[in-house]
Amino acid sequence: MTAVSPHIDTGQNVLTVSNLSLEFSNSAGVVRALDDVSFAVRKGEILSLVGESGCGKSVTAMSIMGLLPRHGARIVSGSVRLGEQELLGASERTMRRVRGDRIGMIFQDPMTSLNPVHTIGMQIAEVVRQHRGLSGAAARARALEMLELVRIPDARNRLGAYPHELSGGMRQRVMIAMALACDPELLIADEPTTALDVTVQAQVLDLIADLRQNLGMSVIFITHDLGVVSSTADRMMVMYAGRIVEEAPVEKLFARPSHGYTAGLLQSLPGTQTRHRDVLAEIPGSVPRLDKVVEGCAYAPRCSFATGACLDPLPPPRRIEPEHSARCIHSETVFETIRNTDIVRAWA
Amino acid sequence: MSSKPYLSLDKISKTYALGREKFGGPERFLQAVDQISLDVPRGETLGLVGESGCGKSSLARLIMQLERPSSGAIAFDGVDPAGLNATELKAARQRFQMIFQDPYASLNPRMRARAIIAEALVNFRKGNAEEINRRVEELAIQVGLSSFHLDRFPHELSGGQCQRIGIARAIALSPDLIVADEPVSALDVSIQAQILNLIVRLQEEMGLTLVFISHDLSVVSHVADRVAVMYLGRIVELGKTADLFGRPAHPYTRTLLTAVPRPMPSSRGKRSRISGELPSPLNPPSGCHFRTRCSFADARCAAEVPVLRVIGGAQQAACHHAEDIQATLNQDEIETDNA
Repeated sequence: MTAVSPHIDTGQNVLTVSNLSLEFSNSAGVVRALDDVSFAVRKGEILSLVGESGCGKSVTAMSIMGLLPRHGARIVSGSVRLGEQELLGASERTMRRVRGDRIGMIFQDPMTSLNPVHTIGMQIAEVVRQHRGLSGAAARARALEMLELVRIPDARNRLGAYPHELSGGMRQRVMIAMALACDPELLIADEPTTALDVTVQAQVLDLIADLRQNLGMSVIFITHDLGVVSSTADRMMVMYAGRIVEEAPVEKLFARPSHGYTAGLLQSLPGTQTRHRDVLAEIPGSVPRLDKVVEGCAYAPRCSFATGACLDPLPPPRRIEPEHSARCIHSETVFETIRNTDIVRAWA
Repeated sequence: MSSKPYLSLDKISKTYALGREKFGGPERFLQAVDQISLDVPRGETLGLVGESGCGKSSLARLIMQLERPSSGAIAFDGVDPAGLNATELKAARQRFQMIFQDPYASLNPRMRARAIIAEALVNFRKGNAEEINRRVEELAIQVGLSSFHLDRFPHELSGGQCQRIGIARAIALSPDLIVADEPVSALDVSIQAQILNLIVRLQEEMGLTLVFISHDLSVVSHVADRVAVMYLGRIVELGKTADLFGRPAHPYTRTLLTAVPRPMPSSRGKRSRISGELPSPLNPPSGCHFRTRCSFADARCAAEVPVLRVIGGAQQAACHHAEDIQATLNQDEIETDNA
């Protein structure tokens, strides 16, 4: 939708993740956290990673940032390229130059991500001192500029404030200011508004959207909230049990859900299509454990569309329409079943 | 609605003394709940909405008799628990139970599910071991757990299963009232629907009166018959769910409704443009607490505390400009319809 994203350059990928598979192992066994994950982030776009806890969205972010635990995590295959540069297997020295400079990251809980014993001005200045070699006064000036950019009122006096003196929304803005201090090409936002109140969430979402437009950066936006996705993102990927199960521009995916899991998520949302106190469509069971390799569709045991064929090895993603793909052999049936629900009709 | 409310709150307030910030400084107080009056008829679901620090959990603790109000009176079925002695109060506690937000933190990690659900039955001597065990198995079936789950510890179960245990524990003594404090906000999206369906079903089967606290407006609009919106310790709007969401009369309710992104095309690329921050509850603005963030505020709002008043049908709002605001809302709707 051009109204949302006039700044996307479709010809240029900022980040390309190909066939990324990742395992964690401990004494109890091996867990396949990511299974053949491939996607690209275009210049200037907001790409949303959607899924429930344990689906692999945060692990994807950590793999890109090179922040996986040194022991226990093993990249089985794949590559992560930032522009032309391969990040998987890069030295810690290289990664330290990338993190905070070319890729910025913000987290769910801004309180635990900020250092409680330093002022916020100093913490923002540290980023540019490290990466840009700016001196005291210049770094301080940049910190002030960043606080103004993220719309912190009375920014000059807030430079000397400690994190505990700020509200949750202010802290998240400080995190964003730190992440953007070096004009990164890519911002990874991992559930940045989940811990915030709704009015504060709205302000932070506004800010991220404005900054994307003004600075032309790309954003990977990780969330479990489909409302946040639809208001903020250009494109979305739905993840389940370490795999990307559906991927499309936001308005195409809502208008034509083509995976059993996506359909289940949309139908179970309260307040979108059901009448007051009607029984909500449930997804039975819970998210599977990942310690057994599943050849077929990992969602099949919970899926109302599943047949025996779903347990056969998973075929490659199906193309539903241009830019829209789903890993579901019943994609037509899924869409035919859900097409007359209010939420899908609203997007059609 | 029936004439006599089951739960009745009459101008209850709760003030916490916070001590002095520095030696010789002024003593500080936090007014967590400020003169709240509310009647909940038997069998009704009242949704309680608001942001963190607005006093919804404090109100829950007051209803549950975990705290005494600083002033005002609470009545269950006409009886004020403040007038009961310890034995009577303990007996009365069977009538009201609570479901908590964090399904793991609210269950004892050293107890198996069976013992957790049985605990209240044992406390109140509801039969011998065999009878209690039979009752636990019944409860498990009611909330969708099997005997396999009953022999597990909380850490062996998923969040949704733990929340089912919490619900089974809450209904074990067949209470009249349940206070559910954010019962689905710690759960995954696909599990939320399961737990919401369960709560609604149990409420209808058992004729429960339910106070449902949540920050999630879509969840509240789904389950609640009536909704109370709280801001800094006060109820700012109260009304039937459809009226309140359809024709919000208080500017704060409107702010909340525009702030929530809904998975609908209308929210695409929409900027909510909400201004201001939640004021410190230690030092709330004079008059109407919301006036510092309100575009309708004038001198009267700073001088005069707006009282909760009827503005049409069963809808009440605590705003001097409620009628004007509802009128502008109609104007907005007409404009978007024509657009």
